[in-house]
Amino acid sequence: MMDLGRYAAEVISAWGASLALLGGLVWWSLRRDRQVRAELEKTERDNG
Amino acid sequence: MRAVLGRDLRLAVRAGGGFGLGLAFFLIVVVLVPFGVGPETEILSRIAPGILWVAALLAALLSLDRIFALDHEDGSLPLLATAPLPLEGLALAKALAHWLTTGLPLVVAAPILGVLLHLSGPGMLWLLVSLAIGTPALSLIGTFGAALTVGLRRGGLLLSLIVLPLYVPVLIFGAEAARRGADGLSVATPLLLLGGIGLGCAALLPFAAAAALRVTLR
Amino acid sequence: MSIWSYANPRKFLDTTGPWVPWLMWLSAAVLAVGLVWGFFFTPEAERFGSSVKIIYLHVPSALMAINAWLMMLVASLIWLIRRHHVSALAARAAAPVGMVMTLIALVTGAIWGQPMWGTWWAWDPRLTSFLILFLFYLGYIALWTAIPDPDQAADLTSVLCLVGSVFALMSRYAVNFWNQGLHQGASLSLDKQENVADVFWVPLLVCMAGFVLLFVALVLLRTGTEIRLRRIRALRARARRAETVPA
Repeated sequence: MMDLGRYAAEVISAWGASLALLGGLVWWSLRRDRQVRAELEKTERDNG
Repeated sequence: MRAVLGRDLRLAVRAGGGFGLGLAFFLIVVVLVPFGVGPETEILSRIAPGILWVAALLAALLSLDRIFALDHEDGSLPLLATAPLPLEGLALAKALAHWLTTGLPLVVAAPILGVLLHLSGPGMLWLLVSLAIGTPALSLIGTFGAALTVGLRRGGLLLSLIVLPLYVPVLIFGAEAARRGADGLSVATPLLLLGGIGLGCAALLPFAAAAALRVTLR
Repeated sequence: MSIWSYANPRKFLDTTGPWVPWLMWLSAAVLAVGLVWGFFFTPEAERFGSSVKIIYLHVPSALMAINAWLMMLVASLIWLIRRHHVSALAARAAAPVGMVMTLIALVTGAIWGQPMWGTWWAWDPRLTSFLILFLFYLGYIALWTAIPDPDQAADLTSVLCLVGSVFALMSRYAVNFWNQGLHQGASLSLDKQENVADVFWVPLLVCMAGFVLLFVALVLLRTGTEIRLRRIRALRARARRAETVPA
């Protein structure tokens, strides 16, 4: 691990928070898309 | 337009119209602040312009959802839309009525409440002037917000969420003018900008409000 | 063939659908390159120490926070003028992405402010403007979710987006006037790119490209989701009509 000097805590927390937010956004978007796709397939089948 | 204005004014003054409500709310907020920050005279007189501006803004916000909601509930809004008066004019009349019933009393009451917060003499004058110039803009922006959210359930909460960010420039220039006035500095720049915002709102927002009303009535 | 043919939801889905996974992977790759480069292989700046590494997330997210709003504004205008549903749905799809970008910019800015200015939060014009932008996103998204009828929602949110843009711009200048700032970022911001040494600038550019790609991928993906949602709605409504009114 590299040495981040005296700002290590700030750098790591900022990166952690940002990547968590980005990852959460991507995950949420993908999950919602999958759900909606499945739902649409089901609705199309039911209503032919 | 005059008929709409007169009708709204009568409705507001009548019992249950909520005429005094905004004023009472204004009073209560101003009374609560010293309990929150302590009774020291210097602190109070320093924050007085800002507190009075924020309190006036919140009091104006309180009665916004009534602008169109009552007409929407009793079905007179579609009738008003078919009247010869264009919807833009209706929005302007509604905003004017809201200002006369809420904004104007706040302007008059503000210096009196300023006494409670040890506001200085010139501070009171410039607070009065800045509120007089700024509150019409608040009513116009609020009318636009009310037109956007008319007919929605839980519209009141949504209305404040939408309108409050739009109030930021008015609050900044208004409170800045009052603060500079209280400190004896020149107030021309913020007051001119405040007036500019107010005129811009009066020129453009009735059209936006009318567009929103047309969508809702479609 | 004009660009407007993509306003057909079916064509939009068929065309952009296959792009989305590619764009996702591409943005992930570009972001990985930019971020790893920025994190491990850039020197520390003299005055800022290793805290300078925060800009690889702060600047691109701030850029996209504003660009997302601009994109929503353009999409709203297209909806209001040409009534293409895809456009309105794209604006809706972009809003949460823009909001998260604003949040990232705010959080990284606050964390950076702690060692630099000695405080988590300063009422600096730029930070304040971003906070106000965040509130605008909140109101916009709240209005979308509050209106049940999709066309009405699209109309009203578009009007709000237009008016909001004017007020957001006004707030920007008002805030500037209210507090002449002390933003460190002058040496690190985009408008002063000559001030940033190449060692920082190149990886930063890669990161910005990665954020742009990620934004495009997410908006396309989410627009597709919204189109499918509307299709479900339409199918259900048709089924209900078929039940109540026998043919």
